[in-house]
Amino acid sequence: MPEFLNILNLDAHYGDFQALYGITLHVDPGEVIAIIGANGAGKSTLMRSVSGLMKDGAEAIRFQGQKIGALRADQVAARGIALVPEGRQLFPSLSVEENLILGGQLGRKGPWSLKRIYDLFPILEERRHQPSTSLSGGQQQMVAIGRALMANPDLVMMDEISLGLAPVIIKQIYEALPGIVGQGMAAIIVEQDISKALSVSRRVYCLQEGRVSLEGASNSVSREEISRAYFGV
Amino acid sequence: MDWLNAIIQGTLLGGLYALFAAGLSLIFGVMRLVNIAHGDLIVLAAYLALSVVTATGIGPLWALVIVVPAMAVIGYVLQRGILNRVMGEDILPPLLVTFGLAVIIQNALLLGYSADPQKLDAGWLETASVKIGPFALGLLPLLTFAVAVVVVWGLQWMFYHTALGRAFRATSDKQDIAQLMGLNRAHVFGLAMAIALAVTAIAGVLLGIRTSFDPSIGGSRLIFGFEAVIIGGLGNLWGTLAGGVILGVAQAVGAKIDPGLQILAGHIVFLAILAIRPRGFFPRIDG
Amino acid sequence: MSSQMSKSLYVTRVSRASSVAMVVGALIALTLIAAPWWAGRAEMRLMAEIFLYISLASLWNLLAGYAGLVSVGQQAYVGLGGYALFGLTMLGGVPPVPAIAVTGVLGALIAMPVALLIFRLRGAYFAIGTWVVAEVFRLTAAQISALGGGSGTSLSPAIIKSLADGRDAREALTYWLALGLCLVVIGAVVVFLRSRAGLALTAIRDNELASKSLGINIWRTKFFVYVITGGLTALTGALISLQKIRISPDAAFSTNDWTAFVIFIVVIGGIGTIEGPIIGTLIFFALRQTLADLGTIYLIILGALAIGIMLRAPKGLWGLVRERFGIELFPLSRRVRGQDD
Repeated sequence: MPEFLNILNLDAHYGDFQALYGITLHVDPGEVIAIIGANGAGKSTLMRSVSGLMKDGAEAIRFQGQKIGALRADQVAARGIALVPEGRQLFPSLSVEENLILGGQLGRKGPWSLKRIYDLFPILEERRHQPSTSLSGGQQQMVAIGRALMANPDLVMMDEISLGLAPVIIKQIYEALPGIVGQGMAAIIVEQDISKALSVSRRVYCLQEGRVSLEGASNSVSREEISRAYFGV
Repeated sequence: MDWLNAIIQGTLLGGLYALFAAGLSLIFGVMRLVNIAHGDLIVLAAYLALSVVTATGIGPLWALVIVVPAMAVIGYVLQRGILNRVMGEDILPPLLVTFGLAVIIQNALLLGYSADPQKLDAGWLETASVKIGPFALGLLPLLTFAVAVVVVWGLQWMFYHTALGRAFRATSDKQDIAQLMGLNRAHVFGLAMAIALAVTAIAGVLLGIRTSFDPSIGGSRLIFGFEAVIIGGLGNLWGTLAGGVILGVAQAVGAKIDPGLQILAGHIVFLAILAIRPRGFFPRIDG
Repeated sequence: MSSQMSKSLYVTRVSRASSVAMVVGALIALTLIAAPWWAGRAEMRLMAEIFLYISLASLWNLLAGYAGLVSVGQQAYVGLGGYALFGLTMLGGVPPVPAIAVTGVLGALIAMPVALLIFRLRGAYFAIGTWVVAEVFRLTAAQISALGGGSGTSLSPAIIKSLADGRDAREALTYWLALGLCLVVIGAVVVFLRSRAGLALTAIRDNELASKSLGINIWRTKFFVYVITGGLTALTGALISLQKIRISPDAAFSTNDWTAFVIFIVVIGGIGTIEGPIIGTLIFFALRQTLADLGTIYLIILGALAIGIMLRAPKGLWGLVRERFGIELFPLSRRVRGQDD
């Protein structure tokens, strides 16, 4: 198996508080995995660690054969990892199009361009010159996804992209997902919505109180296993 | 007619104050940093120009070719070498560090150039004037005001129409997320300080041609720039220009009443505006 | 065993170091009060100057280190105190000692409208706002022709003589006034920081979230701190001008003397601690005695030292000592202790 993303025994701390305990997981090239878990299980902390926003575990994270744990977020991004952060986090002073262009500013080669993002989410083209904050929640989420894709990453991580959105919108975004990740790009989908997460992924990890409590193929884990891993009962 | 003349002269003086203020406004906008050493950096630029002029014999405006990039480099190195280490939620460390820098620059200038007042000699430009109706407008004040308009316009254009400006706005909005997009915060901040000090170089040279200067005058230049920023409203460069003009007019009118009142009148108008319009006349609306 | 343990635990602010420090402090205070009987004139003048700098530094530290009000314009109140003293005695005919007391009240009264105005500025802009106020005061003082306008004036010999009979008595009085003020300022800072409002300020400084649950009106507390600091700084300024006997706008409102030095003192000693300003002042004077010949270089060294400390040890020298040995000379922090500790 070629090495892609390997995390081995990752710990993470906020001051005195330890948020992750010895996380071990891997993603293969082009693979989509899901990470599920309750609030506070450490999912977002894991995303922050991998993306370089938290600099724990210099040795723990390897990406395409290189240690990236000690790198700054911009250096991690340059190596081909993009994050769709929880809560979308668009730049309010930038228009929709500027947000997208900024996402692609590292100039990595790949299939994604403004035009392709607009093909995927036509509404964004109509709103391209509006301030990003004037959009609805779902449209903002499309911008956030588009912004990450513009980086043409080898691995895209999506943190709770369905949070706070209407079911119709969630459905729409998840229907677009196979078209996004079906191009050789690997993905980590972090979700609280378990069935959505399982439906798009090949394998799933469940986190509980900062530890991996379950790991398995998405189509074979049972409901009971998940609820035990999820709630620890 | 004398009064109208004072107002016109004050307006032109406002251009210089806007130049003092523009760099201050830019770095506050990008990284929420207030640089107490800003005034002393203006004076440093004037002295650099003096040295260039003395060494090469070229005119002070030509010296800009050297002083502007030199100040930009100083700005970048200063930001990456020192200021970036104290940037954060707590405003105290950057404030105290820039305060220390102000004292160091001031005393280093004292050491290198003595306390004697100096001046940049721009020859005929200093005395030339244009007659418009009943008013004789000095060519230098007119040029200064025109430069201020061009600089403000240029900064505004850079901020809203270039990749660098986009990076500045994104970093100003959300530093973490901008970093995720591949922008290195430390570098972006360094560039912002470089541009701010490039503008400072222009301000310093025009100041040095207009009046004599010595190492101790930095503090009041910082204050004038600061007053222009607050009167105009934080984060709005055209507002900063307007703020500079209001301050310049207040000072010119004050000087007309009594020469001893020039500076005081400017401060009092500033405090009055702070009392009635604490957010300035043109506060930034987009967040 | 465990029940016995829980019985013998109690909460206190007093530590062994602070108890020892109290006793030693009292002895030092007595020795200092007796200085006119054992010290020469030059030493007394130097000590008085040290006391006045400790006052300025402690007051600035209360503002910036505890209340988050970073002022670079406290020279406004130093100069105000000096000019008020000269005005009251030379123009108003008030005897010097009561006039000194009045300068404190005046400083506090003037600080009120100033606070209303500059509290509108946030964070770092507040700092420059305080500077503008100081400039306004300085330029206004330069307009008072009765006190010599821009070139200033000297205290008339008659007023100096009215202070006390004989030169030694006058020297002793100005010395005691400076010492007394210094003790009052340190005492006031300690008392304030131990009060509910003072604890709240410290909590806010250390943790922004805490402020919401404390039920203390932050704005009013900061206003109070600013006003009291203004009054006490004016009082210090009055004593400084009494010591110098001369006053001029540039010296009385000097940014270097009353703000730059004071900030460096506090930063070097340790901002946000009571001990910091005292230790910083002692270091400052020790450096001054040895490096004063260097003139401008002395200021450059001080500035560089302050920057270095902000970068490497933002809590200053006292912060380093406290971190390493855990001592505190003033009983401020509450600790849990066993009965026989």
